[in-house]
Amino acid sequence: MISISEEGYYGRFGGAFIPEMLHPNVEEIRKTYVEMIQDEVFQKQFRQLLRDYVGRPTPLFLAERLSEKYQTNIYLKREDLCHTGAHKVNNTIGQILLAQRLGKKRIIAETGAGQHGVATATVCALMGLPCVVYMGAVDIERQQPNVSRMKMLGAEVRPATSGSQTLKDATNEAIRDWINHPEDTHYIIGSVVGPHPYPDMVARFQSVISEEIKWQLEAATGKSNPDLIIACVGGGSNAAGAFYHYLNEKEVRLIAVEASGLGVDSGESAATSVLGTEGIIHGSRTLLMQTPDGQIIEPYSISAGLDYPGIGPMHAHLIQSGRAEAVHITDQEALNAAYDLSKREGIIPALETAHAFAALDKIEYKKTDVIVINLSGRGDKDLDTYIKHLG
Amino acid sequence: MSRLKNTFSNKKANLLNVYFTAGFPALEDTETIIRSLAESGVDVIEVGMPYSDPMADGPTIQQSGMKALENGMSVSVLFDQLKKIRKEVETPLILMGYFNQMMQFGETDFLARCQEVGIDGLILPDLPLSVYENEYQDLFKQYDLAPIFLITPQTSEERIRKIDQLSQGFIYVVSSAAITGNSKEISPEQVAYFERIEKMNLRLPRMIGFGISDHQSFSTACQYADGAIIGSAFIRALENGNDDLNHTIKTFVKGIRNN
Repeated sequence: MISISEEGYYGRFGGAFIPEMLHPNVEEIRKTYVEMIQDEVFQKQFRQLLRDYVGRPTPLFLAERLSEKYQTNIYLKREDLCHTGAHKVNNTIGQILLAQRLGKKRIIAETGAGQHGVATATVCALMGLPCVVYMGAVDIERQQPNVSRMKMLGAEVRPATSGSQTLKDATNEAIRDWINHPEDTHYIIGSVVGPHPYPDMVARFQSVISEEIKWQLEAATGKSNPDLIIACVGGGSNAAGAFYHYLNEKEVRLIAVEASGLGVDSGESAATSVLGTEGIIHGSRTLLMQTPDGQIIEPYSISAGLDYPGIGPMHAHLIQSGRAEAVHITDQEALNAAYDLSKREGIIPALETAHAFAALDKIEYKKTDVIVINLSGRGDKDLDTYIKHLG
Repeated sequence: MSRLKNTFSNKKANLLNVYFTAGFPALEDTETIIRSLAESGVDVIEVGMPYSDPMADGPTIQQSGMKALENGMSVSVLFDQLKKIRKEVETPLILMGYFNQMMQFGETDFLARCQEVGIDGLILPDLPLSVYENEYQDLFKQYDLAPIFLITPQTSEERIRKIDQLSQGFIYVVSSAAITGNSKEISPEQVAYFERIEKMNLRLPRMIGFGISDHQSFSTACQYADGAIIGSAFIRALENGNDDLNHTIKTFVKGIRNN
């Protein structure tokens, strides 16, 4: 049985390893989030926004030509059709409502590729709240279109100039901002990472993905359970959402796809489940890439959304306990999968998502199987990279 | 831990705790810095273990940590350095770092080694009080190490009482909602907070830290607590000082004490 404990542990992983300065804020959310999410008024607001603003339910699409290629039955959960172009907005809608209930007047967020930053800036514009997004100085350079989108939406983008100047440093800066503004600010974390209750809270907001898959698949095939669900994992929010309602349905295989960059053993990788060891990152006990001395190592992937040195505690538990299977995909394999999907189905996926598609070449399945791939985001933001590597 | 206890029972006011990042400015400076601080009459020395992701620290301490790591500092190198200098210096030594560093060293090995090299207490800001209480309290006692916890303006009275019970040595009173290294004048709200804590008549001495940077902020803080802690301002002094580390340190401490 996969579940989370009162203290926020999935098996050995999770918890809240935070400085005292963050204790009152995190404790306030911990004490109220479940009740708040289950509250009828909250649910009504949340559901309405997901429908009318985000455009949910997103379609479940039978990809016939892809199915023909792989000689099986492949359905795509079209999170790329969400407003702002990825699943990230499911969570930011939930958290902005939470922030309002807590009476917070200012929103902060971290972002890597910029998708979560855009999704946060979007809901802040919607609710008229000021928004500061921390982004690694290196990522600001390589994800310019999303930086411009955030600015156009009225957010302030602050470069994280410490450390390696990427996602983990943006997260550190956001945490420091929260320490400096404990009373008026809510921190919208973008993935199933961070101190408890963030991993569980974000998973609950994203769980709408698997909630929809259940009834959509039932309508399409007569069975609500697929044989496999495939999703890419950086921190792991889209995978958490796609797996959520199937966690305790053991006959459903859960495939977590990590980015192995130039190869798992190349030294340029983000394959946390094999390269990581148990430790603490951003307030959570989980698997992370680190030196024997406990210094966190900067990972590498062509996809800015997957190059995070940790993995959400739920996924660490799912993989270590054998409930989920980890698959590793290189930059080149992801690029090839993106080009193939574009031509075969007319869908340009985000680079992160392309890793999930490449996994079809790595796993075993039967001809009669029903496979759901979570198409977590669209590839507009990655066009430069795609064009550059098209050769 | 007895060194720490004695320090606070022998001296009741104006205690000065100075923080430095081990391995900064240079890898081998640890001994010189500790010796100079001790000779300058600093009451408690806080040794920072440089960390890649120090979430409670501001830019000054972050950058010193990055430099120290580039210089080759590690937990084991630091322990070796401390073992040597402990033979010369009787000033209490506190180790400050992040919980992951202790975890990767092996919790028991780490605490045993702390005792062996003469560490008196530990500040691990991201080790939660509840985890300490349930999993590490006995080990800290076994190795005679003082766990030093932080309180902030937002910490509830009930929780402060609990921290007072579980901590040893002293309580680290974080001066405001902030990361390390902000140096503004102490505000009336901060004074009200210091007075509120003072009136609680806690079991342990109180040291005020974060934002203490010069003689004025030090002496103001000392009016409301047993003493104060200076970190970022000292790192900046080391950065800006000349090659004579000993002279830089003595001048700095003199400036804090006497203006």
